[in-house]
Amino acid sequence: MPEPKIRKFFTTVEEIMHEGGPVAGKPLKRGAVLAVIENPFAGAYHEEISSFMKDLEPLGLEMAKRLIAALGGDKGDIQGYGKGAIVGQSGELEHGALWHVPGGYAMREALGDAKAIVPSTKKVGGPGTRLDVPVTHINASYVRSHFDAMEVGIPDAPRANEIVLALVMTTGSRIHARVGGLKAEDIEGQDGLR
Amino acid sequence: MSADIRKLAVFIEEIHSEMGQAVSPPTRKAAAVAVIRNPFAGRYVEDLTALMDIGAELGGLLGQKCVEALGIAPSEAESYGKAAMVGEDGELEHAAAILHPTMGKPLREAVEKGAALVPSSKKRGGPGQVLDIPLGHKEAAYVRSHFDGMEVWLNDSPRPSEIMVAVAVTDSGRPLARVGGLKANEIEGRDGLR
Repeated sequence: MPEPKIRKFFTTVEEIMHEGGPVAGKPLKRGAVLAVIENPFAGAYHEEISSFMKDLEPLGLEMAKRLIAALGGDKGDIQGYGKGAIVGQSGELEHGALWHVPGGYAMREALGDAKAIVPSTKKVGGPGTRLDVPVTHINASYVRSHFDAMEVGIPDAPRANEIVLALVMTTGSRIHARVGGLKAEDIEGQDGLR
Repeated sequence: MSADIRKLAVFIEEIHSEMGQAVSPPTRKAAAVAVIRNPFAGRYVEDLTALMDIGAELGGLLGQKCVEALGIAPSEAESYGKAAMVGEDGELEHAAAILHPTMGKPLREAVEKGAALVPSSKKRGGPGQVLDIPLGHKEAAYVRSHFDGMEVWLNDSPRPSEIMVAVAVTDSGRPLARVGGLKANEIEGRDGLR
């Protein structure tokens, strides 16, 4: 399989100062980078698709680096992550599943030592379809303050023969997190969960 | 009165190909959005000076955010636009107060000059609603290759007592522009029109 054909990149960064409560000393940043690529399997059923995962790795890594740069450039600031895909109408949901391995690999590679599973979601959709990308703490999935999500989408993508690939990172907890549970400072850090 | 900003968001789109044709260098657009408290939500206030002051503040802030997101020198900006969406407890006139009397000057400083009218749009709406920002060349409104627009939305904005204020800046015109008209290299530069 040739390298992915990229039509465009779309980057979003939100900087949240407050949500009706006290203004945070340091705003929470949530960022997403999306790549719109051609779906090499669009329009027909292909039994063998898994080799494309390897082809997506360099793109994933570039996206992760772009995202860290958009969030200020210091990978040490990244505390939460998530990933997702929107497959255009001539593709199947399984094509979105190709993003699990390279998307996760890319963020771990770019962040260094992240231990937690990267939460993910995927769907088939058309131009303007929005995807709620789940977000959890990079080292311990059960950190309650970092359960979050970011809605992403692009007005003109995915076209029928395209896939939108998404990576999301955050720099902290929800802005007014106060519902208890495992705290980031109490992470044991052995199993990626607690 | 300075703006009570709940959040800022930046969007960057980078187009590498269109209809199978390479776009080189890629065309790039950025939009910056501030979600602010509407000091006049829920009541009729005759004097809108406070919002005009906020317009000046946000013209500079959001213009700089766009230029920074594109990673360009201010003088390299090519087109611009602005828009606002007022939450349901405000009036359309609140958007007008932010956009029209005072926003242009600091925005033009952020993109270094800008003789042309800054194209604008406004509406009233709720969370998740799309706001389309019109775009035009910053030195000559009739440059046809730079007539464009950029869509922004935030799933949680504007709340009833908020206003979403947006500025868009590009470093390029449409990808593969080819419908004739005044070209950027033919600008006379006297009146902001041609």
